[in-house]
Amino acid sequence: MSFVKLSASALAIAAVSATTAAARDQVQVAGSSTVLPYASIVAEAFGENFDFPTPVVESGGSSAGLKRFCEGVGENTIDVANASRAIREKEVKACAENGVTDIIEVQIGYDGIVFASDINGNSFEFTPEDWYKALSAQIVVDGQLVDNPNKTWADVNPAFPAQPIAAFIPGTKHGTREVFEDKVILAGCEHLGDFDVYKAANGDDKKAAEKACIALRTDGVSVDIDGDYTETLARIDSNKDGIGVFGLAFYENNTDKLQVATMSGIVPTTESIATGEYPVSRPLFFYVKKAHIGVIPGLKEYAEFFVADEIAGPDGPLAEYGLVSDPELVKVQEAVANETVLGGGS
Amino acid sequence: MTDISQTPAAAPAAKPKKGSLFEQDARTKKRNAAESRFKMYGIAAIGIGLLMLIVLVTNIVTAGTGAFQQTFLELNVELKEDKLDKKGNRNIEDIKKVSTFGYAPLIASAIETEVQELGIQTDLSPKEMGKILSKAAQAELRNYVIANPDEIGKTVSFRFLVNSRVDGYMKGRVTRESIANDKSITVAQLDFVDQLRDAGVLYKAFNPDFIFGSDASDQRPEAAGIGVSMLGSLFMMFVVLALALPIGVAASIYLEEFAPQNRLTDIIEVNISNLAAVPSIVFGILGLAVFINYMHLPTSAPLVGGLVLTLMTLPTIIISTRASLKAVPPSIRDAALGVGASKMQAVFHHVLPLAAPGILTGTIIGLAQALGETAPLLLIGMVGFIASNPPDGLVAGFLSPNSAMPAQIYEWSKRADPAFYERAWGGIIILLIFLVTMNTIAVILRRRFERRW
Repeated sequence: MSFVKLSASALAIAAVSATTAAARDQVQVAGSSTVLPYASIVAEAFGENFDFPTPVVESGGSSAGLKRFCEGVGENTIDVANASRAIREKEVKACAENGVTDIIEVQIGYDGIVFASDINGNSFEFTPEDWYKALSAQIVVDGQLVDNPNKTWADVNPAFPAQPIAAFIPGTKHGTREVFEDKVILAGCEHLGDFDVYKAANGDDKKAAEKACIALRTDGVSVDIDGDYTETLARIDSNKDGIGVFGLAFYENNTDKLQVATMSGIVPTTESIATGEYPVSRPLFFYVKKAHIGVIPGLKEYAEFFVADEIAGPDGPLAEYGLVSDPELVKVQEAVANETVLGGGS
Repeated sequence: MTDISQTPAAAPAAKPKKGSLFEQDARTKKRNAAESRFKMYGIAAIGIGLLMLIVLVTNIVTAGTGAFQQTFLELNVELKEDKLDKKGNRNIEDIKKVSTFGYAPLIASAIETEVQELGIQTDLSPKEMGKILSKAAQAELRNYVIANPDEIGKTVSFRFLVNSRVDGYMKGRVTRESIANDKSITVAQLDFVDQLRDAGVLYKAFNPDFIFGSDASDQRPEAAGIGVSMLGSLFMMFVVLALALPIGVAASIYLEEFAPQNRLTDIIEVNISNLAAVPSIVFGILGLAVFINYMHLPTSAPLVGGLVLTLMTLPTIIISTRASLKAVPPSIRDAALGVGASKMQAVFHHVLPLAAPGILTGTIIGLAQALGETAPLLLIGMVGFIASNPPDGLVAGFLSPNSAMPAQIYEWSKRADPAFYERAWGGIIILLIFLVTMNTIAVILRRRFERRW
């Protein structure tokens, strides 16, 4: 039957083409969904301006990206991992076990984290203390640790309207959550002096006190969002009292639906984040496998292009999209040019 | 139900009824009422289903049709030699050294000239005027110059995309009020857009690049298209068809016609049905573990996507093929065997051709299912900024990274700029057109060729 022959030959073709997987000619990137928009902007411009094909950028999260990055050296592994946090000691070890020893760390700039609510609702001027008092599982009242009794923002701070507290914060799998806990909740906890109470309650254990500080209430007032910022936006759309945590770039693309709250009196902008006045921000990175430079065409050019002044500089397209440019970009450029690897030496 | 069970018990006790057929007694009335109530429920159920479909379709169409239109600006650009080819020798390598950023001043001065020619009064600087255009304009210009270096020094007419905010303004999504806090566009720029529109050089038009183009970065939603991921889907469907159809048909013919009925075949049968009910994400995890991590096939490749979808489609095809083989009456087999055909000849010459329409229908429905599947593709790296290069050739189509239509739609719906949201809906329209077409073909095939005995 010709039909049998046809399918047999199709099978054969599939098998042959699978085994002759030719040398890869484009850079493969994976990792943080926060870095993804920036990486895709760079990849697109790279494809347009160089004779190399446009790099492929996958999302999936910092941890997943670094895990794939550390799987080994070779064409079947990715060349670059995007991350919204620095690589961890554990991950460097895992990399080394699989033969990925020379890793170039590139810091591309900073990402601001903003608090925004519905455009037609009340406006807020927060401090970290407010967020700690609104969301921590336990707070100190009259020197005693009690379960968080605050129901409205007016309970937290008399200057606020009596709007029910409804916070949409990034879920624990997001890198943003860590920054939120460190720079907002923990900072508020320490400022208020509650940290010392926790410390005393936990027998002078600093780690345990920190943990207790950032333990958030579980009575439904604070909702973990495991999806993307679009989901947070949809939640605020349906609950007008909600206040969400967003990336600066996302907010700037949705200013018709969201109003941003100040933090400690500072309005989040790329400028106020660059100077460090706005407190809630974090560095963004990508990691390059040195062993792949020279093997995968265009890899080094891509890394250099990413941190070039015309791309990552204060007037470049990345800053325009919401990335806070690294004031020490020159050093980063040098490190990339010299292929400086992690862990000292070169 | 209760009526039926009660009637025989009550019947012997009652005397034979004298009433005419035209007179309904109480029990008949009750039964008839129950029947008409049931009909009403049925109609209501269909009504609810239809209503939901109408809501869904109107929602999709209203939200998505905008994506097929895009705002363009006509512009005559002078390709200045001192900017593009300083040495004046038309050496392509020298021309390539001018990056897309170097083309921004050309566009700005072209707009300035056009504004003067049209007699438009504005306080905007040329750079601010240039910002209403898409960033893709610079790339388009550069590609044109590299393809036609002889045009340097001449003035060429272009039709550029404008950026997503201006396009949103033309489509009514962006208003002067909504951009109060927006840093990427000002009210003065919108006024300027109004002037250009009145002058007739800025207008909305059908945008074929949305259907045939490639994905664009987060900064240029206006330039993003679904074409490349459509190719990705196409190559995946080739793989599914080439693998799932022969394997599925062979498996079902053996099970249906040749295999002995014993415990082993029973177990196989039960497991095929189980396989059909396995959530698709499981196949994605399997694909990642087996095809990528163990067999070292390239990630994000349509080949791997097709293999994963094959696993998912196989049970659908096996089940429908077995059903259509079963529907061929045994008399046909008996007649063939009776005139001396071998069992294989009976199956391939008589049973299979008669079952073919049913098999094809099942295959097309299976393919349509696979075409709309997203979950397994998430795990094998087909979501992200992937569909940016159209594949150059058949092998590259199977092996080089690509996305698929549903994965592309999912990716667009996640992006920050609301203009991507519109494109996601537009993508859904295209995907639905494909699905409706495939299902219609399946229905037509069944109507035309299926024989009933």
